[in-house]
Amino acid sequence: MSKSIIIGISDLNIALSPDVLITYALGSCVGIALYDQAVKVAGLAHIMLPLSSEARDKSNIMKFADTATLELINQMEKMGASRRRITAKIAGGAQMFALQPGNEAFNIGKRNVIATKQILNDLNIRIIAEDTGMNYGRTVEFSADTGMLKVKSIAHGIKEI
Amino acid sequence: MRNNFESLSELQIDVLREIGNIGAGNAATTLSTMLAKKVDMTVPHVRIVDIQEIANILGGPENQVVGILFMLSEDIDGMMMFILEQKFAHLIINNLMGRNLESFLQFEEIDLSALKEIGNIMAGAYVNAISGLTNLSIYLSVPSIAIDMAGAILSVPAIEFGKVGDKVLFIEEEFIGDDENVSSYLILIPEMNSLHKILKILGVEI
Repeated sequence: MSKSIIIGISDLNIALSPDVLITYALGSCVGIALYDQAVKVAGLAHIMLPLSSEARDKSNIMKFADTATLELINQMEKMGASRRRITAKIAGGAQMFALQPGNEAFNIGKRNVIATKQILNDLNIRIIAEDTGMNYGRTVEFSADTGMLKVKSIAHGIKEI
Repeated sequence: MRNNFESLSELQIDVLREIGNIGAGNAATTLSTMLAKKVDMTVPHVRIVDIQEIANILGGPENQVVGILFMLSEDIDGMMMFILEQKFAHLIINNLMGRNLESFLQFEEIDLSALKEIGNIMAGAYVNAISGLTNLSIYLSVPSIAIDMAGAILSVPAIEFGKVGDKVLFIEEEFIGDDENVSSYLILIPEMNSLHKILKILGVEI
């Protein structure tokens, strides 16, 4: 029997096969799913903001793409994963509301995706699949057994990436 | 001094609650006029909550809701979001547009425009309450609408406010209709400087 582990907002966790990591309703937030196929160790982060350096309150490292990714990798390595084998899948980063002139806030999804890709690139972690952008919310389920990321949305049903 | 809603005293929260009450009263009156039927409401429930808890109040992160978002500017900077549960959105559209919808999938562009307009009027009711009490001039942007998972819609104000804290002013209003009750929710996220400005004018400065 596999167990489901729920990840909240600005939260992360890891799982071993056959467990499943789930995070609900990613809007402009990004879900970063990391996987080491060789040892079947999975990690999932639900980040809200791009870079910790841009925020006044940095107390929760799980809130930011950069610090959350590093923390996720650390936790996965403790469970036997190896940084050079880890691959990434990312989802979310939608623009939920139509852009209004001069309101950067509406574009945060895109900035989250860019920051996530940048940090993964800096760490030499390959992004093997993504379902990002557009204008709708996504729930993701990440299997530590297969590394499959199931992306569910109201408008577009279920996608497996 | 901590720069967020957690640092507010009971007295200050009471003042904000009163703004919420006046705003809700304005909103109910306006809604009655628009729908051409009597709309009563319960005493609004005004509280300071963790933004992450709001999704659960709205029926869970994956529950489908309507979110209408506004930016505030001029004397007060911030963001305001008006949230309607599905049932309420249908009730408004069916009454206002003479339709008989049961699913969000049936919404047409004109229905979304009508919802935006309702959002505009409701948000305006609260903004007028604040302006009326403080004499501050507040500009409400044009509305943007999204119909999607509650959690996904809330991510926008959560992110905007997440840079400074996690608590928001949350006003829950229940309207009593002829045969069913429906709820609307309003999230007010002023920039901290703006919140201080409001409280100072109202004589309850931190």
